[in-house]
Order: sequence, then C-alpha cells, then structure tokens
Amino acid sequence: MSLRFQRLLLILLTLVIILSAVLLILYNTRENVSYFYTPSEIDKLDIVINEKIRIGGFVENDSFNKISSSSFKFKITDEKASILVTFNGILPDLFREGQGAVIEGAFVDNDIFNATNVFAKHDENYMPASIKEDLKDTGYWNKKYK
Amino acid sequence: MMFLVNPSKFNKVADYVFLPVLISSIILFSIGLIFVFYLSPDDYQQGSTVRIMYVHVPSAWLALLTYAIMTLYSIAGLAFRIPFGFIINTAVAPIGAVFTLICIISGSLWGKPMWGTWWVWDARLTSVAILFIIYLIIIFMNLSFENRIIREKVVAIFVLVGSINLPIVKFSVDWWNTLHQPATISKLSKPSIDPSMMIPLIIMTFAFIMVGLTIAILRIKTEIISRKSNLS
Repeated sequence: MSLRFQRLLLILLTLVIILSAVLLILYNTRENVSYFYTPSEIDKLDIVINEKIRIGGFVENDSFNKISSSSFKFKITDEKASILVTFNGILPDLFREGQGAVIEGAFVDNDIFNATNVFAKHDENYMPASIKEDLKDTGYWNKKYK
Repeated sequence: MMFLVNPSKFNKVADYVFLPVLISSIILFSIGLIFVFYLSPDDYQQGSTVRIMYVHVPSAWLALLTYAIMTLYSIAGLAFRIPFGFIINTAVAPIGAVFTLICIISGSLWGKPMWGTWWVWDARLTSVAILFIIYLIIIFMNLSFENRIIREKVVAIFVLVGSINLPIVKFSVDWWNTLHQPATISKLSKPSIDPSMMIPLIIMTFAFIMVGLTIAILRIKTEIISRKSNLS
C-alpha cells in the first residue's frame, strides 16, 4: 500500500468516525434539535403548565374561530391528535385551515394552549395560480393543497 | 483532465474558457431575470413572493456545491500532496461565503411575509448559519499564519472537519421537525413544482454556476500568480 493511499484511507476513516460521532450526538438530542412537537408527541409528554414550547401541525378543518378582530381560536392537528389553541395577535398571510403552522406559547391548562407567536409553515409544493383555477374548473383540485 | 490538478495547465484551459464562461453567465443571467420577473407565474398561495425562491434556492445549492468542491480538493491536497488543492481552498472560500450570505438574506426576506418571522433557530436555518461561520473561519485562517505550508494544512484539515456540516444541512429537514419546508426538487418522487416554475429555477441555477465559475477562475489565477511571486 503506497503512502498516499494510506493517507487517503486515514483521512476518510477519520471523517467517517467524526461524522458518526456528531450524528450520534444529534440523534440522541433530537428532541431538543427539533423545532416543534407534533400534537401526538405532546400526548406522550408530561405537560408542564406555563412552560414555553412550540407545537406544529396542520390547522384543523372547520376549527378556526374568529373571536374578535385580533383574537382567534383554532385546533392544531397531525391527524392523530389535536390541540386547542388560542391566540391574540396578527396571523401570517399563509395561515388558514388545512395549512401547516408552528405555534409558540404555553399550555394554560391541560387542554388549552395559549399562543404568543404563530408561524405559517410552507409546504414543498409550488404551483402557478392559473393552474389552481384550471384544477378547480375540472374538479381535480385536491383539497389537501388549500 | 490534468488541468483540474495542475496550475499551469489550469491557466491554459482557463484562458480558453474564461470569455465563453463570462459571456454565457451574462446571457443566462439576463434570460433568467426576464423569466423570473416577467414570464414565470405567481404561486397559488405565495403570490409574487415565490420569485425570491429563484435567487434563494440556486444560491443555497451553490453554497453547498462550493463547500463540497473544497472538501474534495482538501482530501486531494492532504492525501496526494497536490498543492493545487490548497490554491482552490484559498480562492473559492469567499465565493461560497457570499452565496451562503445571499441564501440567508433572501431566505429571511421570504420568511417575513410567508412564515411571519425573519429568522427562527430551527435545524435547517441554524446549520446554514453554521456553514456561513465555517466559511468565515476559513477566510480568516487563510489570512493568518506566517508559514504558508502550515497554514495550508491547517485550513485543509479544518475544511474536512467542517464538511460534516454538509449532510446535516441537506438532511436537516428530513431528520427533524423544522419550520423550513422539505426538499422539492431532489425528493425521490416526482418534483412537486410546476414546469413553468422549474424552468426559471434551472436557468437561474446555471446562471449562478457561471457567475461563480467566472469569479473562481479569476481568483484561482490570481492565487497562482501570487504564489509564484511570493514563495515564502
């Protein structure tokens, strides 16, 4: 085995070892690395009242209630569990029923989550507005895309 | 293919291709911008804001690609004692840093109207911020050290260690819950982007590649000359 090949092997081996070390650390801290909990993950956790956390999921269909011009009530769901959220403030443009959202706030009691910040989550689908109209006309519009 | 590892052969090839690369970068950028501003449609939910994507996505890809090239050249430089690998490290690090910065700035301009925030510390955004910091450290390391041979080795080793961040940037959206959306183009099923938006994105990507290549050729040639004149 030539010297340069040995050096190459040494470098690649070192990289693999460091990478696996970093990935092991990240894998074991994934709950802290993840930006939000989904509602079904919340079910498995012990809820601490007034502890600041983030939850994420879809805004449940037919759950959005406008209480006043700046206070809202809706449910966040991941199709297995859902959480009732109350929010005072301005909602982002993309926020609507069926759309992904990340909510920052705390549980005020076991069932109600009081939001301090609401972020809309954009999905990975991009589509021209004209095609949406075409799809609606032909009846192929998938409600999921909303 | 020796021009990829040999400075004098690189110079010869670079003289041939520089003008075509420069001209094609100007043409591609003009066509791309016409597509982005006039010929591409509004998105069904983002409206006009989708146009930021045509700058954001190519710059993100180029930031990662630049770092991947630096990683390969660092391995070549360290294992096979090819000095050209170190020349590349010095020359292209600032290019990658600028692409990363464009990516971060355009991303937060998009994030404010769409997400409702300029910046969040989710896994994707944080790992890209780390990538930017790594680029900055490489640039500053290249400016320090009296001894060139030691500097080259230390920088190359640092580039290799930093390359661990690359898969983390790429897969952060799959491994963890993030506010950032998952990949559109490279997901295994059909890309979920309409052709009328895919075409401007591809043109802009090639435009960015050509602009990056133009600057890279100039910087690599400068680096080769400065090494010849200053052998310390």
